[in-house]
Amino acid sequence: MTNSIDDLGESDCFLITGTNTTENHPVIATFIKRAVTQKGAKLILVDPRNIDLAKYATVWLRQKPGTDIAWINGMMNVIITEGLADEKFIAERTENFDALKETVSKYTPEYVEKISGIPAEDLKTAARLYAGAGAAAIVYAMGITQHITGTDNVKSCANLAMLTGNIGRPGTGVNPLRGQNNVQGACDMACLPGNLPAYKKVGEAADRKPFEDAWGVTLPEKPGLTIPKILEGAGKGTVKALYVMGENPMMSDPDITHVAKALKNLDLLVVQDIFLNETTEFADVVLPTASWAEKDGTYTNTERRVQLIRTAVDAPGRSKPDWEVITMLANKLGAGWKYETAWDILTEINKVTASYGGITYDRLKKNSLQWPCPNTEHPGTPILHTAAFTRGKGLFSVCEHIPADELPDDEYPFLMTTGRILYQYHTATMSRRSKGLVSRTPEAFVELNPADAAKLGVSQGDRLEIASRRGAIEVVADVSDRCDEGVVFIPFHYSEAAVNRLTNPVIDPVANIPEYKVSAVKIKRVA
Amino acid sequence: MSITIDGKELEFTPGQTVYEVAKANGIYIPVLCHHEQLKPVGACRVCVVEVEKARSLIASCAMPAENAMVVHTNTERVLQARKLAVELLMTQGHHNCITCESSGDCVLQDLAYSLGVESPRFPEPAEVKAFEQANEMIVRDMNKCVLCGLCVRACNEIQVNQVLDYTGRGPTAAVGPAFGLLYENSECVFCGECVRVCPVGALFEKQGRFQGRASDLEKVRTTCAYCGVGCQMDINVKNGKIVKITTPREDAPAPNYGSLCIKGRFGYDFEGHADRLTTPLIRKNGELKEASWDEAILYIADKLNTIKQESGPDSIAGLASARVTNEENYLFQKFLRAVIGTNNVDHCARL
Ligand code: SF4
Ligand code: SF4
Ligand code: SF4
Repeated sequence: MTNSIDDLGESDCFLITGTNTTENHPVIATFIKRAVTQKGAKLILVDPRNIDLAKYATVWLRQKPGTDIAWINGMMNVIITEGLADEKFIAERTENFDALKETVSKYTPEYVEKISGIPAEDLKTAARLYAGAGAAAIVYAMGITQHITGTDNVKSCANLAMLTGNIGRPGTGVNPLRGQNNVQGACDMACLPGNLPAYKKVGEAADRKPFEDAWGVTLPEKPGLTIPKILEGAGKGTVKALYVMGENPMMSDPDITHVAKALKNLDLLVVQDIFLNETTEFADVVLPTASWAEKDGTYTNTERRVQLIRTAVDAPGRSKPDWEVITMLANKLGAGWKYETAWDILTEINKVTASYGGITYDRLKKNSLQWPCPNTEHPGTPILHTAAFTRGKGLFSVCEHIPADELPDDEYPFLMTTGRILYQYHTATMSRRSKGLVSRTPEAFVELNPADAAKLGVSQGDRLEIASRRGAIEVVADVSDRCDEGVVFIPFHYSEAAVNRLTNPVIDPVANIPEYKVSAVKIKRVA
Repeated sequence: MSITIDGKELEFTPGQTVYEVAKANGIYIPVLCHHEQLKPVGACRVCVVEVEKARSLIASCAMPAENAMVVHTNTERVLQARKLAVELLMTQGHHNCITCESSGDCVLQDLAYSLGVESPRFPEPAEVKAFEQANEMIVRDMNKCVLCGLCVRACNEIQVNQVLDYTGRGPTAAVGPAFGLLYENSECVFCGECVRVCPVGALFEKQGRFQGRASDLEKVRTTCAYCGVGCQMDINVKNGKIVKITTPREDAPAPNYGSLCIKGRFGYDFEGHADRLTTPLIRKNGELKEASWDEAILYIADKLNTIKQESGPDSIAGLASARVTNEENYLFQKFLRAVIGTNNVDHCARL
């Protein structure tokens, strides 16, 4: 998030898209609902599903999945045509505006209506609301990123914010909500193939140098492989060993039939986790680790806030914190590491990671801190880009609508989109072992529009087989108006009905994000 | 602008209530139906004070401070009024502290004790209501409800879930989901905000029942293990086991200020689950078999060495995790880069 969660309370207008916030970030949703119901903030919701936030929306645009660039360009078209752009901000803080203007000129509301199904008038209303607000915040999540055009979708959100000067001030910003507790931290700490901590580049000698000095080694300069490429390599035999720490690619990755073949082909698969899972079925070694309540350390939340976790109870049996396991293995391979506690590692992070320089254990014991926080006097940074962008001027990117890779056809007539629900979490290894959570949603289901249900002769609770070109699963029908006609939604938490047997493994060419939000499926009743 | 409370002249900002000015300056006024995150209603009369020139006692939580106002928080008249208010609250229902989950952490119990209520002067009602415990998470014991309305207001004003409301009047007055539905069958999403703000033992966590009360529990402040909001929470521990997850009733820190969702508040019991891995496992003849750490680490190190020698460091890859700590992710990538010599490290940020 460029801004803070607190800051959402200062917004006059929210543009919320690709996030079912009340279910996936429930506590952030409370800030939004309060601003709308208690302070009169406006809410523009752009979502294919009739999610809870639709109840609070000033205007709800129901786009066809996979048409985000089109409607965002359309909003910008209206804003420019009606003279609502922030010319001062554009002149002082951005570049490449003319190219943007040129591109969006053809995305008239009427043209966008044909692509996205959003009525032209509604799009205009939304554009006027967003551009007319004193402080407007864009909030999005995986509904924007999990497309082949994910990178351009994100850039389009940034374009819209820059066009209206809605960045760098309280209540504004481009605010991606990170799904898992420490996604932000895993990125900051460079568990990414092209990065060193704090987004330094492995390909740049000057970026590598400080780490080579600190770690006393020469570092590889060729960027590594992303998950889809690692699995591809495993399938082809170029990747021979895979070490998996706390992940479950057999549930979370697209087209898992394919993933299974890749994992079987490895010479060595090590899985480090708190439970056996779908991936450990292929493991050569499984290492038991401590859960979040059994170890010390820090997580970084979606607003870049670094916070402590503390040991509350002992880890069961012989299980150990992940950092101890990695240290043992590194030392077996001759690394000579001397970390005695998690805080020793944090101290090293403070030294080598500029943006975490001032985020020390002693300070975190008193209160949390938001990076960048370069030194121990620095109070942390609740809002990014207040005076300038990281690269100096903000660059308008030119993005064109590209249809989703696999759209419904005669054989696979439904568009399937996937996601999470309130009562379960990710691949559900934790949440499905929690009594309370299980009691709410014991079974995998598909959300289906009543009109489609009628056509298929399906009623609430019927068992259905959902099939794509890659596989088939069985789920229970949940007939409601949450999905539009022709669209179905299936959560991805249930291993016995793993929706990633169905998903399309095509990826965004830049960020390598799979297109989880659009695949084509067919549906039939199971007798 | 200034106001005098118990002889002290205090500055205030317009809009502050008498209670807020007192609290900010360390002067104790008890409250029961008031909560700092909610609009004051002044219903329970526990926070009454004497204001010079005013005829009756005034609920300080709902009274805006005025310039030159003179307030007394501790006069005999105030104490008698508070005592009466507390006795009325106590006898609205049945407050059996002996087996109450909130004993030791109860606003009503503290008030009754500090005001010296030997035995309330009114009789308790005849009717004893059954507990509602149909769901797996929240138990409701309406015998202990003092109708402060905090749960209703928290559900509506903090979480904006609009599930709870007031029903009935006088002796049939109650709080709960519309149409008297059970939580289970209502629109309730089990965020537990109502449990957090309830000042007595009328709402409590089902799995923590009889597992330990305030004086037995150690609270360990930590960060939620689920989504990226990073809610702050307290793990309540007794004898090395997690009893429940709570958040502070007041003065709770950012980013969540005491709010949680169902996952954070009730989704912790995977921790002590019987399925937890307890020992390293190595696959032998197709089956995962128990092994010691030494064996497992040696096995992996040998294999990695061989693969690295035969096929180079780039034939090795690692998947880190959005679920483990910064320190662990940092070490993991350092391991692959500095020890193995490859940049093949990624995690599921995209998934
Ligand atoms: S648990 Fe949450 S939603 Fe349910 S009644 Fe309590 S406050 Fe309302
Ligand atoms: S249940 Fe608790 S919070 Fe709700 S009205 Fe009764 S005593 Fe107050
Ligand atoms: S309590 Fe809920 S909203 Fe808060 S961090 Fe946990 S999962 Fe996210």
